[in-house]
Amino acid sequence: MSEHLDDYRTVVGSRVVDELLLLADRVRHLKLQHINSTAVGGGVAEILTRMVPLLRDLGIDTRWDVIKGNQAFFGVTKVFHNALHGGAETITDDMFGVFRDTTAMNLAELASYGDVVVVHDPQPAGLIAKKPDVGGHWLWRCHIDVSTPNRKVWKFLQQHVDQYDASIFSMPDFSQRLTIPQYMVPPSIDPLADKNKELPTDQVHATVAKYGLDPHRAILTQISRFDRLKDPLGVIQSYRMVRRHHDCQLLLAGGGATDDPEGTEVLREVQDAAGDDPDIHVHELPPFSDIDINALVRGSTVIMQKSIKEGFGLTVTEALWKRKPVIGGAVGGIRLQILNGVTGFLVHSPEGAARRVVELLNDAALRKTVGDAGHEHVKENFLTTRHIRDYLLLMLAVEHAGSDPTVLTA
Amino acid sequence: MQRGFYPGLLAPSRNMTNHKSFIFDTELHLVVLTGIKVCSLTDLRAQLAKVPSSSIFFHTHQEYLAHEFQRSPPYYNDFARWVSQAMREEPLAEKLAAIDLLAFTTIRQLRAAIIDTIDTYLDQLSRPSYECRPEEAFHFCRSRSFVLPTGIVAHDVDEFFDKVAHISHASLYFHFFEARLRLRRRTSDFSRWLTDRGRPDLAEAIDALNPYVRTLDELRRDIVALGAGEAAT
Repeated sequence: MSEHLDDYRTVVGSRVVDELLLLADRVRHLKLQHINSTAVGGGVAEILTRMVPLLRDLGIDTRWDVIKGNQAFFGVTKVFHNALHGGAETITDDMFGVFRDTTAMNLAELASYGDVVVVHDPQPAGLIAKKPDVGGHWLWRCHIDVSTPNRKVWKFLQQHVDQYDASIFSMPDFSQRLTIPQYMVPPSIDPLADKNKELPTDQVHATVAKYGLDPHRAILTQISRFDRLKDPLGVIQSYRMVRRHHDCQLLLAGGGATDDPEGTEVLREVQDAAGDDPDIHVHELPPFSDIDINALVRGSTVIMQKSIKEGFGLTVTEALWKRKPVIGGAVGGIRLQILNGVTGFLVHSPEGAARRVVELLNDAALRKTVGDAGHEHVKENFLTTRHIRDYLLLMLAVEHAGSDPTVLTA
Repeated sequence: MQRGFYPGLLAPSRNMTNHKSFIFDTELHLVVLTGIKVCSLTDLRAQLAKVPSSSIFFHTHQEYLAHEFQRSPPYYNDFARWVSQAMREEPLAEKLAAIDLLAFTTIRQLRAAIIDTIDTYLDQLSRPSYECRPEEAFHFCRSRSFVLPTGIVAHDVDEFFDKVAHISHASLYFHFFEARLRLRRRTSDFSRWLTDRGRPDLAEAIDALNPYVRTLDELRRDIVALGAGEAAT
């Protein structure tokens, strides 16, 4: 389903939408092309699916293209992705060869369109070789955490990145020493998407019950992949500490375990740790469970995201938007979203998390204050409308490179 | 009509137009990452002397616009917040937060005051200063600004106060915070215009409103109240 810009007026306020229209007037003469590596699945495709129709609704001639690649190419880029995240990977010269060959094929096949071309993530980064022939302003948008990248892969990638007009990172921690400007554009959530839209209380309660939980007792929830970096075992430890002081249920739910060997292993560890406690509910969610996830978060009393390492942490953004008190690990983008004690609580251990959960479960007023502040924080900083505004500003920035401030006349 | 003065950016004719109407501009920002990060007070001090003035402005002002919902965050100033949270040097954080931004009319003066505060603290420190973990590093940023007219124009003083009630936070922020310090106009655009319109009394009353101790909504409310007082007399 594709929303229209005017649908956002009731959510973010008319001033915000009017500001977008004002800005769009200034860049409507520029064609915008997004290029990434997949049309469905993954955060980038999700963001573009929502954003491209809205950009068109603003009158921006926007096109979205996807590069082609075979299994070998995507195998290599998956290894690169993990290596850029700081994972220990073996990188061979053959891998660079596969990357170069696929880039060459896409250079020949992909149509040039935009006056401003936004290339997302490492997979299509080599398309910058087109720029000398087709012109335009080229931006490289990095969605991944490159705070501690594998130097060999980063060095290879940087040869391409340095040729762009500018780069875009999600957080200051991901910035690099580059010869081109680096902008910070945090990711966003769409308040009208199935995962975030308002739901009737009946539906929320019914969904919670469908997953075996009692909607009338306190629910502590972590929604995330079964991944050690999300520390699901730490969450179970916290829950057990909380249970000494307060009745509650625990829900651990997430997708991605089926086709991920490590995910399957972690899921088994979590199930083992849960044992026969009837109040611990572990669910592997199938794809397209967005409305269920929405309802489960809305039906929860406290949300946890006790990550040990995190990129931005959009599950936190989604929970904050739903006015839920969130307890998060003090890592990555969670620190941008949870202003400790104001929009939630940052913790470093299962003990710290348990203490905050008890505090929140005992204090409905605190849950409301923190939840409301979190909602406002997301509204001002992490919604699609802000993301679109940043893209419009980026179009202005590359067109008016060299003037700061850029002063536009009536 | 009067818009702002942008040294070196506009043709002189831009500022020679009549001063009868007030054009409300808005300013939008992109955050630029400098790639410079520090993990200790000595490195912070060293980089403070080198980073662009727009970076100093950014780290002392961005919070006023970013977290409007938060009535009183522990520290509005990014340097103070980092010194408190990552360096655990609370006395220095308090001193940095206490720097009165209204006391300066240039970023150069503000930068010197921040550096002086850190130097004084380091001189008196009788133990080695702490070095934080890389994930707690301070990342220098700056803003890239775009100023554009909102289409809202006030033709007289009464209309000005009516319109102020409806402008965006970004517009209010621009005419108040940015105009005074970053664009070196020494006072808010509102006060400047009201003085030109023969109302120095209202200009003075607006100048007396400290924007650093109010949320933007409160600032707007208090400006509108000055206009309402005017209408009532």
